[in-house]
Amino acid sequence: MTDTTQTTPTLRSLLAESPILVAGLSILTFWLLVAIFAPFIAPFGPNENLIPMAMPGTRVPDGRLMLFGADHLGRDILSRMIYGGRTVLTYAPLATLCAYSVGVTLGLLAGYKGRWIDELLSRFADLVLAFPVIVLYIVIIQKFGASGLNILIAVTLASSPGIMRLVRGVVLDLRTRAYVSAAQMRGESTLYIMFVEILPNARGPLIVDACLRLGYVTITIGTLGFLGLGIPPPTPDWGSMINESRHFALVFPHMAIFPCLAVSSLVLAFNLIADGLREISLAD
Amino acid sequence: MARLIAQRLFNSLVSIALASVALFLIFEMSPETVAADALGQYSTREQRDLWLAANGYFEPMHVRFLDWVRRCVTGEFGQSRLYNRPVSEVLGPRLWASAMLAMLFFSFLIPLSLGLGIAAGMREGSLLDRGISLASILTTSVPPFASAVLLTAIFVFWLGLLPGTSSMVDGFRWKELILPAAVLLLYDFGYLARITRASMADVMQTAYIRTAVLKGLPNWWIILRHALRNALIPPFTVIMLQINWLIGGVVVVEFFFAYKGFGSLILEASLTHDLFLLQACTAVSVLLAVGTQTIADIGYGLLNPRIRVAAVK
Amino acid sequence: MTEPLLRLDGLSVSYRTRRGAVPAVVDVSLALKRGESLGLVGESGCGKSTIAFAIMRWLAGRGQIAGGRVLFEGRDMAEMSREELRRIRGKRIAMVFQEAMSALNPCLTVGAQLTEVLRFHEDIVGHEAERRSKDMLAEVRIPDPDRVFRAFPHEISGGQQQRVVIAMALLANPAVLLLDEPTTGLDVTVEASVVRLIAEISRRFGTALLYISHNLALISRVCERIAVMYAGEIVEEGPTRRILTAPIHPYTRGLISCLPESGADKIARPLSPIPGQIPAPWERASGCFFQPRCGFAVDGLCNTSHPPLVTDGKGSTVRCLRADEIGADRIVAAASEALAPGEGIAVTVDQLSKDYRLTPPGFRGLLPFAEPLRIRANDHLTFNADQGRTLAIVGESGCGKSTFARVLTGLERATGGRLEVAGQDIARLSVIDRSRDQLRALQMVFQNPDETLNPSYKVGRQIARVASRLLNLGRKERAQRVRDLFAEIRLPAGIADRKPRHLSGGQKQRIAIARAFVGRPDIVVADEPVSALDVSVRAAVTQLLMEIQRTNGTTLILISHDLALVRYVADTVVVMYLGQVMEAGTTSQVFSAPHHPYTEVLLAAQPKLEGDRGLDAPVEGETPSPLDPPKGCPFHTRCPRKFGAICETTRPPEQVTPAGHRMACHIPMDELARVQEKVTT
Repeated sequence: MTDTTQTTPTLRSLLAESPILVAGLSILTFWLLVAIFAPFIAPFGPNENLIPMAMPGTRVPDGRLMLFGADHLGRDILSRMIYGGRTVLTYAPLATLCAYSVGVTLGLLAGYKGRWIDELLSRFADLVLAFPVIVLYIVIIQKFGASGLNILIAVTLASSPGIMRLVRGVVLDLRTRAYVSAAQMRGESTLYIMFVEILPNARGPLIVDACLRLGYVTITIGTLGFLGLGIPPPTPDWGSMINESRHFALVFPHMAIFPCLAVSSLVLAFNLIADGLREISLAD
Repeated sequence: MARLIAQRLFNSLVSIALASVALFLIFEMSPETVAADALGQYSTREQRDLWLAANGYFEPMHVRFLDWVRRCVTGEFGQSRLYNRPVSEVLGPRLWASAMLAMLFFSFLIPLSLGLGIAAGMREGSLLDRGISLASILTTSVPPFASAVLLTAIFVFWLGLLPGTSSMVDGFRWKELILPAAVLLLYDFGYLARITRASMADVMQTAYIRTAVLKGLPNWWIILRHALRNALIPPFTVIMLQINWLIGGVVVVEFFFAYKGFGSLILEASLTHDLFLLQACTAVSVLLAVGTQTIADIGYGLLNPRIRVAAVK
Repeated sequence: MTEPLLRLDGLSVSYRTRRGAVPAVVDVSLALKRGESLGLVGESGCGKSTIAFAIMRWLAGRGQIAGGRVLFEGRDMAEMSREELRRIRGKRIAMVFQEAMSALNPCLTVGAQLTEVLRFHEDIVGHEAERRSKDMLAEVRIPDPDRVFRAFPHEISGGQQQRVVIAMALLANPAVLLLDEPTTGLDVTVEASVVRLIAEISRRFGTALLYISHNLALISRVCERIAVMYAGEIVEEGPTRRILTAPIHPYTRGLISCLPESGADKIARPLSPIPGQIPAPWERASGCFFQPRCGFAVDGLCNTSHPPLVTDGKGSTVRCLRADEIGADRIVAAASEALAPGEGIAVTVDQLSKDYRLTPPGFRGLLPFAEPLRIRANDHLTFNADQGRTLAIVGESGCGKSTFARVLTGLERATGGRLEVAGQDIARLSVIDRSRDQLRALQMVFQNPDETLNPSYKVGRQIARVASRLLNLGRKERAQRVRDLFAEIRLPAGIADRKPRHLSGGQKQRIAIARAFVGRPDIVVADEPVSALDVSVRAAVTQLLMEIQRTNGTTLILISHDLALVRYVADTVVVMYLGQVMEAGTTSQVFSAPHHPYTEVLLAAQPKLEGDRGLDAPVEGETPSPLDPPKGCPFHTRCPRKFGAICETTRPPEQVTPAGHRMACHIPMDELARVQEKVTT
């Protein structure tokens, strides 16, 4: 992808090549650091009840500052945001990873083996994609209840058909390459050809898609939280925080504004990274 | 051409048939839960059995399935527990309300996204192009629920210009539709604009545009006659496929602004376990999704003569 | 001397890249007089297409004119306004592009794309424009102008698309026609007829031509003068006949002597390849750009000062410091020794057939409106390949030669007949069912150098993997085998640690050859092994393939459309058309009369260097669709010697001479021999 002569691109050359990518990586790094060091950064515990509906800048009796104020149960908004970062940065990558494992495997199978396997898998994908995504989530969560695990399952079920289609398309193109024939002619197994000969050459479009999808899954998790179908309370979660603040939106908007900015910046980071990667791959 | 349409329609019928089996399995697999949902949590075992017998739930599976399909087709979805009225009566006005919202949304989305996308794609790398790209990446990064909060904070809380809810308690007012439509627009505009831009930029790089330039045709003719039609094929498809995706945004927006539309109805049905209502909503949304997909496929064939021939061959 | 129509005066063009400004064209001066035809020949990346676009003042995105001027009718085109430029483009200077399919707008009919030229250049619309367009379609020999006028580009064949593009360029009766590789991607017979059309047009319309191509033979048929480009510069220019018969610049000499001469074979006159590779613009040598590959280069002279372009008194120019000293020496390689006749048969092909069923995939195929289609890609093929010798299978695209390669290698399974290798019938034995030894014994060299190696892995690793799979070698022995092979294909061992994208096309194809020979196979199938390579690299790779075949005693099955290459390399030849064998025999049998009429047409269409503009009975029309092959003899629709209804109804019988020369034709072989010898004498 990057220039051939330099093996490890320096930050400076990367900045010159794609400032967008650097911006995205910076925001993502910020949130990763916040999530990892949450207990050291957060001034309060995520579920500590202090002063309900405190305005931003209020100090608790021991002098600690509630920079963003407190919610209706008196919990510090900043601290819940910091811990909420942990939740989303755990579930979004995990769910994307699950969806990718399933989608890539099925896509390789459908694209490389073809025939009835392809027909069966493609039909199944059509079926899932015939449901509006949100309806799929609502139905699944309604049937099985709201929990972290069910969110993973729902995201996997809803996203893997799209990933499968993407992989299938790329594989249909790659499997006609002569190096695949050459591998067959030295007696390689189907699994070897799928995962060692074909998959690495599909990585370009897949990496870009994975970043976009990470952003989309982040939105999904937030939306589910916002609709009250997300990770159950009292786990701090940005979407749920916005949901809880909904009734106070007209009188106490900052309770929702800060988590909104947090989600948006994280999604922006993923989108910028995807765009930057695409830009670099096109430049070559 | 007729064959293309026939093929696409047949494909959609297959999708709908498969989806109906899936729906039936999800919703009607265990009669116990159906009865519990229909009669409420506090019904007794005997009451539930009586209800199940009366509604034919002890029939064999395939009979029940066919009966269920018949009811879906004729629109007899049953009684909504939440509203205590036939489901179809509840559904109609809600669908109409969402259609109003969608119309307002599309009438701004299409000219705005396509116009800006084409302008950006015509001059790749120009200041306008960069500006539009940046704006669209920023707006698509703000989830609908977040932009709903932010727009409300600005226009309702601080500026006091617009109503913060859209429940239409005093009858229908366009003013209450502005914020919901704006939220959807903000989220979707960037995506469509980017698709249009990319498509236009691709077309401008093709060999046939180069041919047209080197044939000595004037610029306006090249854009209007050679570039636009080819460039609008992908955005057209995306607009149609958007509808499937839009339903997600509609649910969020209607929930946030308490707008009595189809999206909030699905959510209510799900949260209150109003089974028949949820079944009907799901069926309608699948129909919508498959229908628009079919239109997108057929339209794509009409717009692109190469596909038209490939399908016939 | 009058002012030429079009003059390039020290033109330099460079592209902005991440490496900085890369010069694509360096100080090029050319003059084109009214009605004259000038050929611009060079290999990929030499800047010849850039010149055409620079003339049109259309340098996409990153290109810019770094120096010099383009003068049209004495006026500097850089000083023209947008509108003036528009009026010249298409009206005074028109261009014909390579790959007509992508040059035409897929969404507009051919008619719409033709009439708009008249609309904006001659202010003619409506019926008059339609009439003029159809007339022009007829001028470029399109058989059914009314239908083509209404058709979309994808509804007409590749040859017709190229004719449409030519018609479009000629509509406004331009003074100059720029042709950029106008026959790339067309079959030989179609190429021949398009080139003939171009030559005819330049005579009839008095249009000046600038014909750009990598193919010296094609250019020499059309053009009066030829300019040879290397690495962005013109290295030699002069009258066609002089360039062909007495080239001065070492590169021109190399280009000519690395083409197989028609009539030459590998014993009497081996190819003499130009060593090395074409340098990338940022890797050009100091001094003369060609000096690192040049046999005449002198240290201290050629690598220190850059040669200027020197004009002699007779209208020739050359860019070489030693032009006067190197005289007229031709580069001739030593003749090699003859190969002993083959012992035994390596492959027996007996009534082999392969059908493809084109059912729409899956259960859509079960629907009433989806009718299954059958393509007979190989139709009862019968021939043998001798042990240790080279069998060539020739034919145009769609003749089924590659399908045969795929059946033989087990990538596809035959639907009928026998295919015997080492005493076993492998016709229906797909690659996954073959034993390790069967796999080892039969390997393949693929066509496209960019797809033949996996881009994700180092090439050494890819070869080592073959060694471990097919020979079951341990780590040390594997490494040794890789080193040995690299020596054999004459690449430095360091290349083993590179990924394919850091290699040139020729290097990749060498690696692909090495990969095929890792397990010392008995048989190697080579599917168009050099057709994607540059001319100057082709000879070297061909040479290598023949050498490695000889040292390993391998049977080589060469699939190719290039008759000159086949004549040069092969011992026996099979000619195929629409899935059937038309003619088979030893190379000398097939290349001398009697020929099958199809072979005759192929030979006539073959571009020749000798500057003869002979060949004037090539076929018109194109290969019929294999979906709907003609009844009777498959070639009857285009056959110049078709003599009656029997050709349309009955499949021709196979005639065999005692010496083993076979052909499928209704005309008796001695009759064919008689008429064909009359033509040649």
